[in-house]
Amino acid sequence: MIINHPLLGPRDGAEFTCLGDASLINRPDWQSTDADEQFYEYLYLRDNPAGMHRELWYHEYGDRSWLVVTRDTLTHDITKVELAVDVARREGRGK
Amino acid sequence: MRYSAWKIFWEGMTGNRGWKPVWREPEPKPEYDAIIVGGGGHGLATAYYLATVHGKTNIAVLEKGWIGSGNVGRNTTIIRSNYMLPGNEPFYELSMKLWEGLEQDFNYNAMVSQRGILNLFHSDPQRDAFVRRGNAMRLAGADSVLLDQDGIREMCPFLDFDNARFPIKGGLAQPRGGTVRHDAVAWGYARGADQRGVDIIQNCEVTGFQIENGVCTGVETSRGAIRAKKVAVCVAGSSGRVMAKAGMRLPIETHVLQAFVSEGLKPLIPGVITFGAGHFYVSQSDKGGLVFGGDIDGYNTYAQRGNLPVVEDVCEGGMAIMPMIGRARLLRMWGGVMDMSMDGSPFIDKTHIDGLYFNGGWCYGGFKATPASGWCYAHLLAKDEPHPVAAALRLDRFRRGAMIDEKGVGAQPNLH
Repeated sequence: MIINHPLLGPRDGAEFTCLGDASLINRPDWQSTDADEQFYEYLYLRDNPAGMHRELWYHEYGDRSWLVVTRDTLTHDITKVELAVDVARREGRGK
Repeated sequence: MRYSAWKIFWEGMTGNRGWKPVWREPEPKPEYDAIIVGGGGHGLATAYYLATVHGKTNIAVLEKGWIGSGNVGRNTTIIRSNYMLPGNEPFYELSMKLWEGLEQDFNYNAMVSQRGILNLFHSDPQRDAFVRRGNAMRLAGADSVLLDQDGIREMCPFLDFDNARFPIKGGLAQPRGGTVRHDAVAWGYARGADQRGVDIIQNCEVTGFQIENGVCTGVETSRGAIRAKKVAVCVAGSSGRVMAKAGMRLPIETHVLQAFVSEGLKPLIPGVITFGAGHFYVSQSDKGGLVFGGDIDGYNTYAQRGNLPVVEDVCEGGMAIMPMIGRARLLRMWGGVMDMSMDGSPFIDKTHIDGLYFNGGWCYGGFKATPASGWCYAHLLAKDEPHPVAAALRLDRFRRGAMIDEKGVGAQPNLH
């Protein structure tokens, strides 16, 4: 698998580790009244789709950046790679 | 037809004209008492035990492809009950006991071979952990033997004992572990269930569930709608996408696990051997091929194939404990999709939808669990209460904080 890193260009998939669904960016608000329910769903439940999947990859043997990779779980085709920090900012998270 | 040595002799003398197909090819009926979605090892075992133990035979097993096309024909055939935690170990030990009587029970040669499993350790702390595990196994009625280096040398003289990085200090053995001919397990259960009147319907994909007012009353399939009082899903790697049709999200990710077979060699490996410092396990099939595997690839996938980094990792593990494996040529490799749960342990439970049941999250350990999974799932379906040894394998255990995390790595399926 080749991951086209937005800063470094095409890199071998073996340099990365996968954390899982990109929804893990959206950590719930710990002060909300139903925080326990939200954290249960956030931490344990997954969409687990057969098809397009947005997921977090970490460039462990590289520049240590977090990426959001859009990948087809049926074919392993990667259609989009973004820096996770850009995605998080766009979704109103982080600074 | 009952199989026996006499039957083989008779058929041999009369031109083998009397053998019948092992199961029927029935058309689906409009309604059943229970439908089992997924004709893999677990689904067929469930149908078999519903028929034999609970006397329920108005049952259909729906299979998308053909019997034996999924993980029951893709695993590395290992059986063992060397777990540790109270929610798991009695369940796997029940499975081991069922394996021991399986062939006589369903009158089919599944080649159950209790050639033993040996988990190597490479350091003193690891020895301590294995002593603890061995004692936990014994508390649940399983067998375990702690071996020192001399004991291992006697059994497996070919291992790299003095490896500079990971010297072999000893191992924990379970002599009752071993291997089973995996296809024969599917065929034996299918034959046994079919003989008792269960309909095994192949090439019948479930495309949706009929759910009215929170009650599941049947399924939509590629061969029409079928009504049922109970619908029991056990579809392993496809758990996520099947249960999504009932609107459920599961604590499961689907990953791929690869397996490998070498060319046929003379008898070499006495049982199953696992590496304690990396992820590698190997056994030898009756045809002589070395059957081995290691880690899952580590990312979500429904493709039944993996990538090369894990191939390299598995082969490095093999070279680290038995360098002679480098002289064997690889014959085949393949992948199967695993329903990796958030704590590495499975589920056998009702869902919040009445009449809909779920069995899954077997990670890469479903094959050894086949008999007990079928036994406990049949118990749940027949009596609507969990079997005592499967009482901890519940879907709501994460909400309750009652995880069964053998490895202690938390909610990250690719680390289990």
